[in-house]
Amino acid sequence: MQVGQVGQAGPAGAAAAPLLDIKGLRKSFGQTEVLKGVSLAVGLSELVFVIGPSGSGKSTLLRCCNRLEEPSGGEIWFEGRNLLAPGTDLNAMRRRIGMVFQSFNLYPHLNARDNVALALLHVLKQPREQAHARALQALDQVGLGDRAAAMPGELSGGQQQRVAIARALALEPAIVLFDEPTSALDPELVGSVLAVLRSLRTAGMTMLVVSHEMGFARTAADRVVFMEGGSIVEQGPPAHIFGPDAHPRIRDFVASVEHR
Amino acid sequence: MSGLVDTFFNLAIMRQYLPKVIEGMGVTVVLALAVVASGLLLGTVLALLRSLRLKPLNALIVIFADVFRAVPALVILIIIYFALPTVGLRLSGFISAWLGLSLVLAAFAEEIVWAGILSVPRGQWEAARATGLDFSQGMRHVVLPQALRLTVAPLTNRAIVITKNTALASVLAVGEILYQAQAGYSFSYNPSPLTLGAIAYLILFIPLVWFGRWVEGRFAWKR
Repeated sequence: MQVGQVGQAGPAGAAAAPLLDIKGLRKSFGQTEVLKGVSLAVGLSELVFVIGPSGSGKSTLLRCCNRLEEPSGGEIWFEGRNLLAPGTDLNAMRRRIGMVFQSFNLYPHLNARDNVALALLHVLKQPREQAHARALQALDQVGLGDRAAAMPGELSGGQQQRVAIARALALEPAIVLFDEPTSALDPELVGSVLAVLRSLRTAGMTMLVVSHEMGFARTAADRVVFMEGGSIVEQGPPAHIFGPDAHPRIRDFVASVEHR
Repeated sequence: MSGLVDTFFNLAIMRQYLPKVIEGMGVTVVLALAVVASGLLLGTVLALLRSLRLKPLNALIVIFADVFRAVPALVILIIIYFALPTVGLRLSGFISAWLGLSLVLAAFAEEIVWAGILSVPRGQWEAARATGLDFSQGMRHVVLPQALRLTVAPLTNRAIVITKNTALASVLAVGEILYQAQAGYSFSYNPSPLTLGAIAYLILFIPLVWFGRWVEGRFAWKR
């Protein structure tokens, strides 16, 4: 069994190849086909935004990328390996793919530092001091270095989500998947989370983001993907997707979201 | 009035049987501690095994839990002590009581811990798995600590109930409080030793009931 090295660079000559390459991905829940052969490539340091109406399969697409959902068919290539191939070391691959959830999913019995340090201790097998130092560093990165001892219940939603981002970042993933990271937040707290995403983009982090934050997509995304009914309708730079020449369904959708 | 005092609070008889009842308290404490330790341990292990979701194993665990929750503890003790010797398995009264009560507590504890594991939100599993923790690490470090916290209060209450059931061991001639008190009653033709037994139970279990109340408040879930 092959074990991925943490911090390992991609295969030589892979600079041009996408970091994450989804090919013909299918997923059915019983009789319902949620993903109908989706293909999507994410390049190194790219910020790709996925938008679309609810039930379009965006979140399922994201959750297939670290196999929280088991795809029914297709291929997902990541760092030169097909994640859906039999014998893939799922846990080794998952520490290279960070994930941030809509409802944060912080561990309520652990403080902020220990939330971040848990996987460092038990997956990367770091010694306690090293894991704690790395956790504090990751919390600093999201502006919460001073809240390390706080329990999740003592933090605001925005702070909780930033701890969750720190938890993903601490493992030094090659890519971070964001599943509607601001949907559960009060409007005044959204900005602090988006600011973290923006700083990650500046730092060159590769990100695949499912979100309804159209304003953020316009200014920060490298590429915007519009999904509907389990398929990608159109993708392109934000100027095109939010411009007058976009697919009419996109214009309707964007208008409906922005004027809700 | 003096008749009542002579019958139930006869100090001379009480003094005579006090050493025996104190001896019984020791047996009750040892039996209760042994039952709580092994019952909670077995119940938790069964709940963990059930979380593996292996169908035939789960069926056996469910049958075990249902049978031992349905049959009265006294019946279980009598079967172990009086029926098992007919198939060649002869256990002492103490061991029979310990085994029977442990199995009953384990059956309840399994259901309580299993419910606790189920009540931990799916997102907790997903967060653990998404950071590369495997099933057993996610169970140990993320799900079980939360599940046990939710189950501390019901487990404490169930443990109190089962420790009171140590009185059933008197039927198997185990020299615990009730057995000693009944023996004193038979020898003296006076129920004062039974009063002594009741006082002994109060001394042992009132603090336990208070402890249970404290635990319920202490572990009330704070988000």
